[in-house]
Amino acid sequence: MDISKDKLLEMYRTMQKIRHFESKARDLAMAAELPGFVHVSIGEEASATGVCAALRKTDRITSNHRGHGHLIAKGGRLDRMMAEIFGKRTGYCKGKGGSMHIVDYSLGILGANGIVGAGLPIATGSALGAVIAGKDDVTVAFFGDGASNEGTFHESLNLAAVWKLPVVFVCENNGFGEFTPMATVTSVKDIAVRAKAYDIPGHIVDGNDVLEVFRYTSEAVARARAGEGPTLLECKTYRWEGHVVGEQAFLGDGSYREQSEVEEWKRKCPLIRFEKWCAESGKISSAELNKIIAETEKELADAVEFARSSELPAPSEVTDDVYA
Amino acid sequence: MPQISFIQAINQAIAEEMERDPLTFLMGEDVVLGAFGATKGLIDKFGAKRVRNTPISEAGFVGAAVGAAMAGTRPICEVEFASFFYCAFDQICNQAAKLRYMSGGQATMPITFRAVFGAMGGAAAQHSETVYAQFLSVPGLKLVVPSGASDMKGLLKSAIRDNNPVIVFEHGALGWSREDVPQGEHLVPLGKAAVKRPGDNVTVVAIGAMVGKAMSVADKLEQEKISVEVIDPRTLIPLDENAILASVEKTNRIVIADEGHLRGGAAADIAAIVADKGFDFLDAPVRRVTSLDVPIPFSPPLEKAAIADEARIEAAIRDVVGR
Ligand SMILES: Cc1ncc(C[n+]2csc(CCOP(=O)(O)OP(=O)(O)O)c2C)c(N)n1
Repeated sequence: MDISKDKLLEMYRTMQKIRHFESKARDLAMAAELPGFVHVSIGEEASATGVCAALRKTDRITSNHRGHGHLIAKGGRLDRMMAEIFGKRTGYCKGKGGSMHIVDYSLGILGANGIVGAGLPIATGSALGAVIAGKDDVTVAFFGDGASNEGTFHESLNLAAVWKLPVVFVCENNGFGEFTPMATVTSVKDIAVRAKAYDIPGHIVDGNDVLEVFRYTSEAVARARAGEGPTLLECKTYRWEGHVVGEQAFLGDGSYREQSEVEEWKRKCPLIRFEKWCAESGKISSAELNKIIAETEKELADAVEFARSSELPAPSEVTDDVYA
Repeated sequence: MPQISFIQAINQAIAEEMERDPLTFLMGEDVVLGAFGATKGLIDKFGAKRVRNTPISEAGFVGAAVGAAMAGTRPICEVEFASFFYCAFDQICNQAAKLRYMSGGQATMPITFRAVFGAMGGAAAQHSETVYAQFLSVPGLKLVVPSGASDMKGLLKSAIRDNNPVIVFEHGALGWSREDVPQGEHLVPLGKAAVKRPGDNVTVVAIGAMVGKAMSVADKLEQEKISVEVIDPRTLIPLDENAILASVEKTNRIVIADEGHLRGGAAADIAAIVADKGFDFLDAPVRRVTSLDVPIPFSPPLEKAAIADEARIEAAIRDVVGR
């Protein structure tokens, strides 16, 4: 597959944005500047980016509790996302949602979600909606390996399969559900094999290789748009950080993974990997990449400034938006 | 008596009851490490057979607890955040709650469900809800809402020994709160309210984390010679109606403080009971102080505006006392 230079630059920019946004969110949460729970996906940038690079604006996604990356990849603005996680009125959800519930309808972002596995039926229904409305939009459901043990996973794959719905199920397998290693609670080594049970294609994808993710997703999206039904993609990846920022406070010395494992995955950093590919293939110069980094730094700094200087919602706004 | 935290009280209660009865076991998401630390270390004492991490599959493992109970064991089943009960509603409401009745008394269901609930600072709508009202209309369940570490331990031990499905709701904001807690055999019976503070002018029935708030309002009003009796029902099913009615008979006024919503909530239920059975005692309308009927918002000022607080309890007390 030939990928245009613009597309490659866009993917790199997206990965940098996610890395910058989440590193900052982590630091702000550690400094107690953010309320609530913050889950970051540092180390997993390639899957969000590669998947969304294969979508167009009218396509839709559902996301999970670790959703910043998905939302940024689908076009979410750093300033409004940052304002939301600060709980400000200028945030995407007027401060009502926070990190786990960011939504931007205009970008096809149907929402991050605090309930594990809840996004899959919603994505399935969104795909059904496209069919009913006679549109060829595709919906992607992002979820973790942990979520693939929820009933919603199985019910969604079955329904999407029998109705041949235009949905792509993207499992980001980072090996853990909270502090529980996947192998101790999941009957299969690869989530992708579960596709067999629903008679749909299932593929194992190197989730740290943005180009491979893009290729597989493009294929699945084309299939979905052509009315051939859903695909299950399993992106193998790893989260560098804890399940939730600040988890040390309640875990104490309780550890659930070896530091050496974390280090090993850090060496497989999706950004560095892409930079190397650029250098080796000669497609993009390091000057061009550096320019993107500088621009992202600026965009992030502006986003933080925007969030900090925005107003908190007024208490009277608490009853707005309960009903339409 | 040693001072321990709410979370340590949970840990002690489970450990003691598992020690007592080899058929008692613990299951749930991340119970091995303990997502909030409550079940930390239990695996070292009891081993992997009796302390089981489940997959993230609430309907599945809650239903498995029902089956394990029918097979004669006593599951303690943790569901992390109470809002996740929604994912397992059928297994709790149609199965666990009804099977004894439907089987003409053949099945027993000695299951203890535990979950964290309530607003705890920006956890937002899907992790902050006060969920027990949803179960009040499901006969066959018992509902426990401890307000501090000592009751937490005593009620949880009683729940584990109870032969019915009992849901224990643990307020997230109480996790690190500390109290003197008796060691060993400390049992608080289900269905017996605690008079947290005697008073003459008004009864405040406070539930869960509202107990602490009601107590501090009572302290404040005492300086103005308003004498507040604070009653903690401790369990919503069974409910100690007699304790509440006796108090209203004495004070002739009642305010009910609950973090749940106004409509169809625990406060509504208690208000109806008082109106029904204690009407002649009343010199003022029954007042409910609850959270607003909105999903609990993320942003701190909005969360504060949504949740029942001291100021609203105080205003309600002044209102009924002024009549
Ligand atoms: C229905 C439900 N059950 C449990 C939780 C608590 N919880 C939040 S994230 C998480 C782990 C999810 O693991 P996975 O789906 O693999 O995603 P990851 O965090 O690894 O990205 C759990 C158990 C929840 N939010 N919702």
